[in-house]
Amino acid sequence: MALQEQALPLGGVAPDRTGKYRTDHLLVAEMIPAGSKVLDVGCGDGELLQLLESRGIDGRGIELSREGVNRCVAKGLAVVQGDADTDLVNYPDDAFDYVILSQTLQATRQPKAVLENLLRIGRRAVVSFPNFGFWKMRLQLLVGGHMPRTENLPATWYDTPNIHFCTIKDFVQLCDEINVKMERAVALDLYGRPVPLTLPWWVWNMFGEQGVFLLSRGGKGK
Amino acid sequence: MTNVPSISSPSIHSVDRAHEADHPTSTVAEFGKDQPLKLDCGIDLAPFQIAYQTYGELNADRSNAILICHALTLDQHVANLHPLTGKAGWWEIMVGPGRPLDTDRYFIICSNVIGGCMGSTGPASTNPATGKAWGLDFPLITIPDMVRAQAMLLDRLGIETLFCVIGGSMGGMQVLQWTAAYPERVFSALPVACATRHSAQNIAFHELGRQAVMADPDWHHGRYFELNTHPHRGLAVARMAGHITYLSDAALHRKFGRRMQDRELPTFSFDADFQVESYLRYQGSSFVERFDANSYLYLTRAMDYFDIAADHDGVLAQAFRGIKTRFCVVSFTSDWLFPTSESRALVHALNASSARVSFAEIETDRGHDAFLLDVPEFFDISRAFLQSAGKARGLGG
Repeated sequence: MALQEQALPLGGVAPDRTGKYRTDHLLVAEMIPAGSKVLDVGCGDGELLQLLESRGIDGRGIELSREGVNRCVAKGLAVVQGDADTDLVNYPDDAFDYVILSQTLQATRQPKAVLENLLRIGRRAVVSFPNFGFWKMRLQLLVGGHMPRTENLPATWYDTPNIHFCTIKDFVQLCDEINVKMERAVALDLYGRPVPLTLPWWVWNMFGEQGVFLLSRGGKGK
Repeated sequence: MTNVPSISSPSIHSVDRAHEADHPTSTVAEFGKDQPLKLDCGIDLAPFQIAYQTYGELNADRSNAILICHALTLDQHVANLHPLTGKAGWWEIMVGPGRPLDTDRYFIICSNVIGGCMGSTGPASTNPATGKAWGLDFPLITIPDMVRAQAMLLDRLGIETLFCVIGGSMGGMQVLQWTAAYPERVFSALPVACATRHSAQNIAFHELGRQAVMADPDWHHGRYFELNTHPHRGLAVARMAGHITYLSDAALHRKFGRRMQDRELPTFSFDADFQVESYLRYQGSSFVERFDANSYLYLTRAMDYFDIAADHDGVLAQAFRGIKTRFCVVSFTSDWLFPTSESRALVHALNASSARVSFAEIETDRGHDAFLLDVPEFFDISRAFLQSAGKARGLGG
């Protein structure tokens, strides 16, 4: 596919002409070079892993739900049943080039510990999550007085698996706190389009429906 | 008068079984005195023989061979009529044209384990030194010994690397032993419903089975062939106890409940009033027709001794260090003999070794035996795993 060879500018994302893959998945895939060894934590039904494998990336996955795991394995993917909160400790240091946490951070019990583990197991991490600072979220709470629900996050407060929502600003703060270096950051708007990089952080935090971050271990003094 | 319950006597004469042990209805690879099997107990077993079945064709570059490792009470007759019982092969649902183990694509081998009674050398075979059945003079064998013998068979067949090793239960133990002992010879591995070591509870059930056999007066310290008897009652009881562990509470309840067998009221006797009793008796008596009591003792012992970590300084991950083999580990939710926790421990060790591993727990109420039954999700997963491994192996889509 010509689409795959296309070099993308920083903060850009390939338009999904085929409609086969989600925009945030395409964006994650763009951040990872071919030949890398990757662990996708919370890999769902393996859509992202399939995309990565199609691009010559050696992908593995962990998924909490048995149904998700079995669908992945039935697609020939190397996926195991496991929990991001409890099972990442079983992986050795530097086992992977990249560890991906796609739309899963907010569902973990201990996001900070999970994030630390990601960058212990992998030399780099790619983390994406729904931005709770998105204007629609703010508006629903401010005006409606209800916990926000969107097309991408339709669950009610009492049955949502998402127990640790954060905003892009909160996440940036956490990365600073645990000395994680942010190599690349992209905010996607409601339509999966990147919010222009030239705009200031507060705009991202307001208009980004989700954030996608490429992280590495921060050195001292950085 | 109270009815005396009984387990029916076997219809196949022990002579047929003894004949099958030495002259099986299978292909036989003979290993002479110059090619001993080096057993873990320190004895060199020679001469010895391996009986095996094959299905499908070996391709030109010898890259499509799959070894099936059979479970405790099964044998090499995977997908053909059983020579003693005349029944269908035990894994015909899995092995054949278009099946997950597709005989149009793969060359499939299954050999009777060493210590077995269907043609590979075991306690029922004739000891060349005495001209009588080995009985308890046969050396104790282990899971690694079984695998060593299979490796010698593959050398004989000129197969350097297996495309896949697959097996459930004791077969799964052999799969794991293959990957630990000969990682470079195993491209992919599919261990099902098994563990890297036998648990205390499982050893306990095996001891129960062995004691049942040895308590039968027809056992004669294993010399029953010479006296033309067979401890069929003891072996049937062992099988009945074992069979319960292969099922689950839910499966037994669904299949039998408290239903009566051909009667509406209890007989106030020890006859098989309940269907579940009748079923177990049938399982017991049909098993003794095709299985040797001493073999049962030896093979259960081999499983008891199995502990991969113990052979690697107590650290399981050490056994799989740097391994390139692709794994697909499968367990079943209602399997209490080899519960999912055992498979999970294996998966953690494989992860720690950075092995490429898939792990699926399949929801079923059919217990340990689910791997032998019609469980479509298991077939889908096995098929997909083999297909993706086949792609990586260059076997074509």
